[in-house]
Parts: sequence; structure tokens; C-alpha cells
Amino acid sequence: MTDSKYFTTTKKGEIFELKAELNSDKKEKKKEAVKKVIASMTVGKDVSALFPDVVNCMQTDNLELKKLVYLYLMNYAKSQPDMAIMAVNTFVKDCEDPNPLIRALAVRTMGCIRVDKITEYLCEPLRKCLKDEDPYVRKTAAVCVAKLHDINAQLVEDQGFLDTLKDLISDSNPMVVANAVAALSEIAESHPSSNLLDLNPQSINKLLTALNECTEWGQIFILDCLANYMPKDDREAQSICERVTPRLSHANSAVVLSAVKVLMKFMEMLSKDLDYYGTLLKKLAPPLVTLLSAEPELQYVALRNINLIVQKRPEILKHEMKVFFVKYNDPIYVKLEKLDIMIRLASQANIAQVLAELKEYATEVDVDFVRKAVRAIGRCAIKVEQSAERCVSTLLDLIQTKVNYVVQEAIVVIKDIFRKYPNKYESVIATLCENLDSLDEPEARAAMIWIVGEYAERIDNADELLESFLEGFHDESTQVQLQLLTAIVKLFLKKPTETQELVQQVLSLATQDSDNPDLRDRGYIYWRLLSTDPVAAKEVVLAEKPLISEETDLIEPTLLDELICYIGTLASVYHKPPSAFVEGGRGVVHKSLPPRTASSESAESPETAPTGAPPGEQPDVIPAQGDLLGDLLNLDLGPPVSGPPLATSSVQMGAVDLLGGGLDSLMGDEPEGIGGTNFVAPPTAAVPANLGAPIGSGLSDLFDLTSGVGTLSGSYVAPKAVWLPAMKAKGLEISGTFTRQVGSISMDLQLTNKALQVMTDFAIQFNRNSFGLAPAAPLQVHAPLSPNQTVEISLPLSTVGSVMKMEPLNNLQVAVKNNIDVFYFSTLYPLHILFVEDGKMDRQMFLATWKDIPNENEAQFQIRDCPLNAEAASSKLQSSNIFTVAKRNVEGQDMLYQSLKLTNGIWVLAELRIQPGNPSCTLSLKCRAPEVSQHVYQAYETILKN
Amino acid sequence: MLDNGFPLATESNILKELIKPPTILRTVVNTITGSTNVGDQLPTGQLSVVPWRRTGVKYTNNEAYFDVIEEIDAIIDKSGSTITAEIQGVIDACVKLTGMPDLTLSFMNPRLLDDVSFHPCVRFKRWESERILSFIPPDGNFRLLSYHVSAQNLVAIPVYVKHNISFRDSSSLGRFEITVGPKQTMGKTIEGVTVTSQMPKGVLNMSLTPSQGTHTFDPVTKMLSWDVGKINPQKLPSLKGTMSLQAGASKPDENPTINLQFKIQQLAISGLKVNRLDMYGEKYKPF
Repeated sequence: MTDSKYFTTTKKGEIFELKAELNSDKKEKKKEAVKKVIASMTVGKDVSALFPDVVNCMQTDNLELKKLVYLYLMNYAKSQPDMAIMAVNTFVKDCEDPNPLIRALAVRTMGCIRVDKITEYLCEPLRKCLKDEDPYVRKTAAVCVAKLHDINAQLVEDQGFLDTLKDLISDSNPMVVANAVAALSEIAESHPSSNLLDLNPQSINKLLTALNECTEWGQIFILDCLANYMPKDDREAQSICERVTPRLSHANSAVVLSAVKVLMKFMEMLSKDLDYYGTLLKKLAPPLVTLLSAEPELQYVALRNINLIVQKRPEILKHEMKVFFVKYNDPIYVKLEKLDIMIRLASQANIAQVLAELKEYATEVDVDFVRKAVRAIGRCAIKVEQSAERCVSTLLDLIQTKVNYVVQEAIVVIKDIFRKYPNKYESVIATLCENLDSLDEPEARAAMIWIVGEYAERIDNADELLESFLEGFHDESTQVQLQLLTAIVKLFLKKPTETQELVQQVLSLATQDSDNPDLRDRGYIYWRLLSTDPVAAKEVVLAEKPLISEETDLIEPTLLDELICYIGTLASVYHKPPSAFVEGGRGVVHKSLPPRTASSESAESPETAPTGAPPGEQPDVIPAQGDLLGDLLNLDLGPPVSGPPLATSSVQMGAVDLLGGGLDSLMGDEPEGIGGTNFVAPPTAAVPANLGAPIGSGLSDLFDLTSGVGTLSGSYVAPKAVWLPAMKAKGLEISGTFTRQVGSISMDLQLTNKALQVMTDFAIQFNRNSFGLAPAAPLQVHAPLSPNQTVEISLPLSTVGSVMKMEPLNNLQVAVKNNIDVFYFSTLYPLHILFVEDGKMDRQMFLATWKDIPNENEAQFQIRDCPLNAEAASSKLQSSNIFTVAKRNVEGQDMLYQSLKLTNGIWVLAELRIQPGNPSCTLSLKCRAPEVSQHVYQAYETILKN
Repeated sequence: MLDNGFPLATESNILKELIKPPTILRTVVNTITGSTNVGDQLPTGQLSVVPWRRTGVKYTNNEAYFDVIEEIDAIIDKSGSTITAEIQGVIDACVKLTGMPDLTLSFMNPRLLDDVSFHPCVRFKRWESERILSFIPPDGNFRLLSYHVSAQNLVAIPVYVKHNISFRDSSSLGRFEITVGPKQTMGKTIEGVTVTSQMPKGVLNMSLTPSQGTHTFDPVTKMLSWDVGKINPQKLPSLKGTMSLQAGASKPDENPTINLQFKIQQLAISGLKVNRLDMYGEKYKPF
């Protein structure tokens, strides 16, 4: 007896039986066998061993059998890639079957088989199916392109399937259009950079036509795609809205939500004075209300979305308060969400109703709900000032019920009301004190202690009350301990005579007997304050507190705008952007609402960017990851050490750095061509600012034609552009521009806080760049930047920073830090800020250098639409430190010979040919570092045209 | 059916054509001819402009039924005044008509409807302009439209509840009495009435006698339910009795909520009335 028998296959068992059946001649038996195989597969048994036998059954004219085999293939092809090739022939044949159902089935199944070898064979049949005469096959093939793209994106692009897919958007059949849109959207989502869905008004029109005729799911795809489109003006937005509104009456709630999303997005572009805007607002309300009549789960999804909509546009539902009244048998999650929306909608007009409801809710059975209801009453008081009185009396009524958790919750909110309306409702304190003993939750105890401490002078037995808390000091939670400490110190400052002992006691408890560092630190601070200067302590501890804001739990505006773009998706239910919960590359595309059109510029448009970024000048924000981050983090993000007056030693350093740094590469392959004399020109920061006019003018020779005309006006300054949009920087928006004025470069920044919290501790740092630009002084933001506030700062720059060649040359990567985070962005600076004042070359020198620089370094550019004469151009350029060395008139053309010098000592020689009567002029540039020519040309163009 | 996560077909008529639902006749035919329930032809309706209807529908009796079902959702405070009331209505249809009929349904008072959502078959433009429902119906049962009538059009609640529930301090007994009666029912009887009420935690047990129907009280969940049945306007149903409360405990804070459900046949509470139904496109006469 050997053990080898264990390794021989058994000729018995289920698999063996199935194998025999599969190979049977009888059709019926075969089908039964395949069904058994599928059944085993479904329950998780491994039947992959039967692969060849099952594939053999594929060639059949029985559709049912074929479908079953396809099902099997989809499951096991991956584990048996070599065997799967056997099936390819049948697939290819099936793709040419006269029955469209079979053609579509074959192409669909092939797409689901994720085996590389098979995908190669898929291309030909797929190409045919995409052009099939039957729309059913075409629409299946469209989806197949998306599947294939997921497996092998390169293949799809090489084969040109994407273009075919784009053509399908203009297909005659709406179902095909819908599927093509769905496929393209999916591909575009996984490749955010490709602008696959490049929609134009024509294709939008086609989509809108298809929208009316396709199935509900198709409508959702098309609507989602429309939502990503950016209409060019408010007219177009309105016409799209008009055609989307009928979808609001669809029975499918997903279609309704998608339509709402499109409308919410495009409404941004409509002017508020427009009649249509009002009509649209009215049309949006009823469908949203109807969504609430569905099952509780759907209601919840609808409510989460409505919550966003209400925050963005409260006017839509302002008359519909009643539908958010809680029903007795609503599930708790629906109740809580409704409560939230009720508070958001509460206003002076409906506050009476809301309060009556809330009071009713406060007597319900469910504890969580009751708590939230009580809290809601407090929020109403804070939100609607006129109702505060009523809210407080309602809360007092509730306290009278003596239900433990109601009382506690009420005390917590009354504390907030005190913060909002100081010195108004102190009469209720007596009632509160009666309930002191029943408080057992830390939050309520802390709130009560705060109240006692804050109003110690009005409470006769404040010391006794606080003393009673002090007995069990160590058993309290930290929150209560901290409050107690502060309250007793406050009490001491108000009534120093009677409470000396008490304060001693609490300070020693906090500092000596506590393990909690926060508590200890706070204890020490108070102790030292009191012991050094009681008057100062009084000022610090009893300082006037800022009023609390009305709405505390609003979603940040930038996040809200993004979430509005995701209405009807999981993101809008979670109230989180997709990047927060979707792993991998998908869904990280930031969506944003379209900017408001200029016509609708009204007083209340906080969402409008303060500086209109010119189109096409989108700043690219550096992704906060990878090597760049490391590079930037090497720089110290604290404020730079030295102030503006840079010592000569640092100039030296800079010069050394310039020689040794990335300039070798900048200079290209002609290192010997750089004349030492040209090169050691000191960086601009070292040029005394009072020199003002170009140094060159001092040495001016006879040929100097423009003796310092308008030099003091400084060079051309571009308008501010948004460099860092608020969405990418947690609410901080930065826009700015570069200027050069009398020898110094500065960066004019405008910081806007679009978040809800105050920003402080600003600092700025540059990455190494081509010309060594670096901040010459720390970023001076004197006061904390409160929400919606804007501050303008001029940051002086020096050119002595470390050098590294950038691509493009004038790229500048910037890191900005504040108390929230560090943000990175990059911007392009115009080169003319680097043109120094002593850039005027001697005429002889000019001639010699011009000849000296080889001809291949000469670059020629056309400057169009610049109808200036030689004089005007010359003076305009001079104000930006481009100096005319000589002027000639050849055959009726004015030739200007000009020179300029960059901060790092590179000379650029130029010949500007102006033909009177011809608006365009020709610019020839010669430079030893030809890389800069392109940028110098751009500088010329901007200067001449402005 | 899904393909790559995209819904492929959800219309039941098409699914039925792809895989035919088993019937006795079909099973017999299949066993004899060896064919299957899996259709091997592409459903014709799938790509047409009316994807919801299959072609070649044949009936010997052509008939169409429309049910108007309305639900009132109302919250009423303890003095009997309505806090909010709204009506959710649906029109369910069962259409068994041969061929491709084109139906129009018109209402006497279509302006009543605040918000409507339609089955995709309804032509929205005609509704917008003429307030007429014009459609090619799917075959069989389907929901033609659902609508919403909000409280602005005052909703008359057809029943009332008289209640007298009292707890006394320092007494372990409470009184409980409720009576249900009809109000503005346009002569129709109210059926299927059930009353449920969540009693406060302090209630230990209840001993009640109903004038009609049966009642139960679950002492664990404190849920009282009373199955009343039909309301006879001559003899109003009532439920009377006493509650035994926790001894010594103070009066409960929360008020019991009374939840009342009922049905009225052949009455659309919103007052919605169908004017007429016309059929075009086919030669035969329905009904």
C-alpha cells in the first residue's frame, strides 16, 4: 500500500458526476447540469475544475443555456485565463449573430471578463457593436467601453473608442445617448484630467432632447452630466433650467433630486431680480415636500439633502415649515433631522408655531429627541431675537416639570442665551438655582457653575453653592472642574472679602492634587495672576465676552457649495465631500458652483469671489503630498529671521549661491559666454531704494533719447488674480499680484477668510525658484482675520533666496501657513518685475554684445495689436526698466535697440521694429540664456498693451 | 437587471417579456415542446419611445380600472384643532386593453393638486397646458400618478375623538375615556377604525370596557390598542375604564398620544373628481 493513491483523482463524487452530465449528448441533461454547476457556484463551492466542460456547452443555439454558460465564464475566467481563450471564438461569432439580443449579450459578457488576453480580442467585435444598426446593441457596447477602460485605459485610447463614444452622444436613440453619457462620466471620473465630457451648447441641446425620452435611470445619468456643465451666461443657464424643470414631477425620487441639483447649481448664475428666478424658487418647493411622503429611509435621504438646500437657499422652503413638523410615528432619525431643519427655517414669522411644536416635543417619551427639542428652543431664542422672551419662558415652564434630563438640557441652553443676551434674563437665575441638586450630567453642571460664577454678585449664596460643588471636586469630570475653578476665581474677584478661603482651597485642589495638566495649568495661571496683580487679574478674568454667533452648526460655505454639487449622492447624506470617504482616485474631483454672473452683483452675495479671476488663469494648487511637500517643509515655516535690511554678507551669500546653484542649467551650454562683469551685479534688494531713477541714466550718453520719462511711476502691475481658492485652503482665499516700484519687488496679497473661524498666525515661505525670489520680511497680518474679512498686505521680496530652475521658468511655489493648516499653491510671476534699474547698456557695448551672442540665440516674436509709435513705446517700456539704447529709421520703419538686465545679472538685448500704420511690431531678442526670451517677450507684450 | 452597475431594465413589462412568468399553461407547453421561459427575442418595447408597454397585447375583455386612494396625514391637538393636515393621493390603474391605446383622463377640479409626480407614460406638456392626463398606459397594474394636497386647501377631517384622560396626584387610579365619532363623511361609513395610544410609563395596567370591538394593553411597551371596526353614527363606539398607576408616584409628565386610523370607501377626501376617460388609437369599444 503506497500513499500515492491520495494524489490520484477520484473517479467519484459530485464534480465527476457533473462532468459526465455536461458531456452528455442530451440537450436537456446538459442544461440541467449547467444549472447545477451555477447553483454550486452561487453557494460558493469551487467548480472551476469543470471549466473546459462548461465552455464546451457554449456553442448552442439555446439562449438559456448560453446565458448560463456566460454567467459561469464571468465568474471563473479570471482563475483560468488560458482556458478562457477557448471561449473567444464563440464570443466573436456571437457578436455577429443575427439576433441583437445575442450580440448584445456577447459583448456585455466579454466586457465583464477581466482577463488581459481576452480584452485584446474584444476590440474588433466591440468596434462593430458600437456601430451596430440595432440601438440595443449600441447601448450595451457603450457601457462595455467603460468596462474596458477600467481594465486597460491605454488600449481604449489607442483604439479610438473614446471618440466613437463621444459620437454616440449624438445618436438618434435616447437610450444610447444616456448610456454613452453614463460611460463617459464614469471614465471621466477615474481620469479627472481628461476633458472627455467637453460639452458645448450643441451637445447640451442633444442631451436635453434625449432627457425627455429615455428611461428614469438614463435621465439620472444625463442630469448628473448636465450638472457638471458650466453655461456660458445666465441666458443659457435659464434655458437649461426651463427644460429640466419638468423632471421635478417625475415619480422616481432620484430623478427629482438630480433635477434639483442641476437647478440649484444653475440658479447660482441667474440674477435674483429676474422673474424667472422667483418662479424657479416656487417650483422647487413642492417636489421637495413630496419627497417627504415616501418611506422613512427615503425621507431621511431627502431631509439630509433638504438640510443642505435650506442652508444654501432658505427662501425655497420658508413657507413650508409645517411639513417638517414631527409625526408621532416617525423613526427617531427622521425626527432629529426634521428638528434640525425646523430650526433653520425658524424666523420671526413662524416662531410662535415652532415654539408651540417644540414645547410639545419636549414632553415626548424619547429622551434623545426631547433633549434635542429643548436645545432647539434655545437655538430659536438665539436665532430670532424677538422670540427670546418667549423661548425663555418656555424653558422655564419646562424646568418646572422637574423631569431630570429636560431640566439639565434647559440649563445648558439658558447658559447660551445668557451669552447672547447678557443682562436681560437674569431674573430666572433663582429658578435655576432651585434645581441645582438634580443636575448629574457634567455638561449641565458645568453650565450651572458657569452661570453662578458669571452672576456671582446677584446670587446671595453663590459661595455656598460653589462650595457644595467643591466637596466632590475630584469626582467631577474635567469640564466641571475647569468651570468650577474659573467660577470660584470670578466669585473671589467680585466678593474678595468672604471668599478668600474658598479660592485658596480650589487653587490648591487644582494645582496640587490634580493629575490633569490643563486643570493644573489653569490653576497656576490664576494663582500667579492673583498673587502678582489682582487688578490685572480682574481685567483678564472678568473681561467682556464676545457675543456668541447666531448659527453655530452651519456647514462651512465652501463645503456647502461643494456638497450642493453632490445632491442626490452619498456625499449629501453624509454631509462630507466624497474625498473624505471614497478611497482611491475616484471622486476626488472637486466640484464647485458656477460663479455668479456680474449682472446679479447684489449687496448680499458673499459667495462672489472678491476679485474676478480672469478665465483661463486658474491657479494650480500644488497637491499636498509627495516630494514637493518635503521640499517645502525643509524651509522653516516660521517668520524669516531677518528684516528688510539685508546685510551685505547675505548679498554675498546670494551671489555665491547664484553662481553655484541652478544657474548652470539656466545658462545652458554656454558657460564661458557669461562675462564676469555682467554677472556680479548685486541683487536688487541691495540697490538703495532712494536711487529711484535708473542708475543707467547717470551714465547716459548722447544717444539717450528718453531721459527718465515717467520712471518714477513704477512698472506695470497686473490686476490681482486668485491664486488659492477658498475651497482648497479650508476657507482661506488668496489673490495677489507682483509689483516693482523704485528698485524693490513686492507681492501684493489679499487674504480673505471665507471660513467660519478666525484665522491667525499667518506665515509665508517660497520654494526655491529660478531667480531666488524670497520674502524679505515676515508676513505681517496684525489682527486675527475674522470670518468674511479681507486684508491687503504688501510683502517685500528679495532675490537672494536659493536658486533652482523651475519649469516654467517664472513658476513660483508658495506655502502659506495659518492656525488651521499649511497650504501650497503655485503662481507665475511676470518677468518684468525682475528688470533692474541699471539695465541700460552703453551703445558700443550693445553693438559688441549683439555681435558676440551667436545667432541661434536670437528669438523673434510678433506683438500684435499694439498701435503705438516709437516714442510712446519707448517711454512705456522705460517705466518698466527696458531702456532704449539707440533708435534708427530704416525704410520708414522705426527700429528701437533696447537693453534690460535681470536681477541675476543676465542681459537681454532687444530690437523692436515698429512700422507706422501697422498695428503689429516685431521683437527680436538676443540673450546668452535663450530660455528667458519667451518670458521677456511676454513681459513686452503685457507692458505694451497696458 | 444591472450592467456594470448601471440599471439596464427595471420596467416590469420588459422583464416579463425577457423571462416569462410561469403559468400552468406555459409549464405544460414547455414540457411538450421543450422551450423555456427565457425569451429569445429582444423585447420590442425596450427601445421604443414607449418602453413601458409591450407590443402585441391582446385581451378578449378590454377593461381599465382606476383607483383613487387618498391618505390624510394630520396632527390634531388636544382641543381638537388641526395643526397640520395634508393629503397624499395616488391613482393606481389596472389597464387591460388590446393594442396601443392612447388614453386621456380629465378631472373636474385639477387645480386642487399641489404637486404631482407622474408615471413616465404621462405626457407632461399636456398636463402643463391643459391639465389633462394623456398617456399610453403600460399593460397591467401600475401607479399613474401620485399627488399631494397641502393644508392650504383646508382639509376636513372626517372623524373626531372625544377624550377624557385624567391622572390624579397621589392617587393610584386614573380615569380613561375616549369616544370616536364621524364628522363630514358625506354619508359614507367609516370602516377599519383602530385606535392606538402610547400610555405614560407610570401606567401599570388598565381595565377598560369597549362598547364595540376588542382592545389590548401591553403592560411592557405601555401600548393600548383598540380595534373598533365600523362606526355606527347612531351608537358611537367608546372605551371607558380606569388606569392603575404606580402607587405614590407623581402624575406623569407626558400626555398620551392617540393614533387613529380609519378607512372610508368611495370618498376622495380632497374632493378630487374624475371627469371622463377617453380612448383613442384603437377601434374597439372598451367596457
